[in-house]
Amino acid sequence: MNYGILFAGVGGQGVLSMAAIIGRAAMAEGLHAKQSEVHGMAQRGGAVQAHLRLSDGPIESDLIALGSADLILSLEPVEGLRYLRFLSRTGTLITAAAAFVNIPDYPDIEGVLQRIRGLPRAIVIESDRIAEQAGDLQTVNTVMVGAASHVLPLEPESLEAALTATFERKGEQVLRANLAAFRAGRAAAG
Amino acid sequence: MTQRILLGDESVALGAIHAGISAAYAYPGTPSTEIMEYLLRHQATHRRPHAAWCANEKTAYEEALGACFAGRRALVAMKHVGLNVAADAFVNSALVAVHGGLVVAVADDPGMHSSQNEQDSRFYGDFARVLTLEPATQQEAYDMTREAFDLSEAFRVPVLLRLVTRLAHSRTTVATGAPRAENPIHKAPQRSTWILLPGNARRQWSELVARQPDLLAWSESCRWNHLALHSARRDLGVITSGIARNYYRELLPELGAAPSHLHVGAYPLPVERVRMLAAQVERVLVLEDGSPFIERQLRGLLPGRLSVAGRMSGEIPPTGELTPDLVRAALGLDSRPGLAVEGVALPNRPPQLCQGCPHAHAYKALKQALEGLEASMVTADIGCYTLGALPPFSAIESCVCMGASIGMAKGAAEAGFHPVVAVIGDSTFLHSGLTALMDAVAANANMTLLILDNQTVGMTGAQDPIVPSARLDAIVRGLGVDPDHCHVVDAHPRRVSQNAAILRREIEHRGLSVVIARRECKEVTRRKARAAGGSERAETGAGTEATIS
Repeated sequence: MNYGILFAGVGGQGVLSMAAIIGRAAMAEGLHAKQSEVHGMAQRGGAVQAHLRLSDGPIESDLIALGSADLILSLEPVEGLRYLRFLSRTGTLITAAAAFVNIPDYPDIEGVLQRIRGLPRAIVIESDRIAEQAGDLQTVNTVMVGAASHVLPLEPESLEAALTATFERKGEQVLRANLAAFRAGRAAAG
Repeated sequence: MTQRILLGDESVALGAIHAGISAAYAYPGTPSTEIMEYLLRHQATHRRPHAAWCANEKTAYEEALGACFAGRRALVAMKHVGLNVAADAFVNSALVAVHGGLVVAVADDPGMHSSQNEQDSRFYGDFARVLTLEPATQQEAYDMTREAFDLSEAFRVPVLLRLVTRLAHSRTTVATGAPRAENPIHKAPQRSTWILLPGNARRQWSELVARQPDLLAWSESCRWNHLALHSARRDLGVITSGIARNYYRELLPELGAAPSHLHVGAYPLPVERVRMLAAQVERVLVLEDGSPFIERQLRGLLPGRLSVAGRMSGEIPPTGELTPDLVRAALGLDSRPGLAVEGVALPNRPPQLCQGCPHAHAYKALKQALEGLEASMVTADIGCYTLGALPPFSAIESCVCMGASIGMAKGAAEAGFHPVVAVIGDSTFLHSGLTALMDAVAANANMTLLILDNQTVGMTGAQDPIVPSARLDAIVRGLGVDPDHCHVVDAHPRRVSQNAAILRREIEHRGLSVVIARRECKEVTRRKARAAGGSERAETGAGTEATIS
């Protein structure tokens, strides 16, 4: 089994934390994992991506090749489309619905979402609304991990355990909101 | 044996700790920063080894060299362009007889994700005539770092460990071994080997040159340089270095019969192994992430029997980062395009200053101060504030190397240009701006220096600057800047006009003036608030470091 995930978003949205949780769950299941991320200048309000490769055997490359990602998991619609050339012809794009507009030439969001919905396998998640209902607007990336849980080659229990391990030191309230966000995201994509 | 999840950078840090270093020094710079970050976290819980940020890469290198002078092992870490700053110390330290292991970990940035050039540090290792190691994986980063200290002591040279962005910033499982004890303090036995007076230096240089065959003999037989000859295939041989091997190996199943393959992880280049490969094949493809360092050596000057392919022949683009897809194309395999975006024009989303960044308020004041002037020149420097080059600010006109803003402003002023403003951040100023400001004071250069003091090293993740902000103006005055033309202002949005007026007055002043625009980085303020509140969410993958067995 080889599985490649390309995470996308805008610097500051929490792209790396999505990758960290899924990577943690994969390793707990005994899978091999390599997670590549970009730090530094690229982070500040600009386009950010991270690659996570999972396998039941050793992994060579830290990067996903073009046309070979099984999943693009994006916190922002335009950023999800940006890496489409990495998506395999059988891969899935899952993106948050809300536009992050910090550039003057941001395209018409309806056109962007229409283009995404026209893909063979795409899911658009109203993650802001779901996160709010879960009790914490900061849980948007956890909502997205929940939405991805149907296609990931991981047990939802492993993902919940990874969330627990990540958030329990931040207090019961934060943990509860993240678990609720995960389940609501999973339900929304199911 | 313990398994840990580590970044390439962290693997180097832990390898050094387990090799028994007594000290580590660094200046932050992407993609090397996480080496020292890891060492500082380790120091906080284990007390040893001593780990510290330094004013710049040169002071960091010299401090590490001092630890080695005392017989201890030391690590120094920096990004590739940092080695330019430390080059004086690095190249000369190859001549002294190192007896405490000295390893310089340098993270190159092919593709310039967060740098102003993509120079390849392997040239430096060759230039200084030392050993260079180039890990392909996080495991090798750990293992090579450990071994590098033994090699440094065995061959009495500093060892350069070359990383690239993709390895430095990728995490996976690493198996670690038992830590070695630190070296006892043991001063260099022969001081003449450390006093590079011409008489001594000639002898040390000759000895270093005479030691080269030993370095080469090690490189020819070491486990990092691996040759696999396959007589079934004569049309193609492949040489990989560093992480290029990962991309190549992944494509092997698509290549049919495997070509003969030499992987290079240690330099000087194992010439005999290269010759053995070349004797078997008609054509060699060289895959390296960075400059055509090996490829150029293979080509030499005169035409030969062997056909060599790589960056210089166009099989791989001459610039930019190596990727799995470039390797695929260079091997003649069909491309595998993914889905295409049609019907939507995707705008670029360049990095930008954070909402409410004090630099933005300082740039507004500067733009206002320059309004109405016939001409103006704004030289600038390296940090978050370099983003002031982009709209909506478009406030700066140069970014070359650490500290260049001040020297360039002085040069332009002395060439007759007026007005000239140099813009530099607090940490960059402390790194390389002080000496240039000394020149400007000596000449009373007709220029204005604007120091953007956000009280942190912002771009690399908010490290503390080497000198607290409160002492910055005392340093500036101490260098001899006229106190009447040295101001500290608050880079607050409500003070833009007031600050603009002060800047305008100082720009019009004939002579040197300095304005320090002070206000804490928003990110630091936010972090402090979060730490005080106790509830913090995972912003990075740092929380994933865990012992899993």
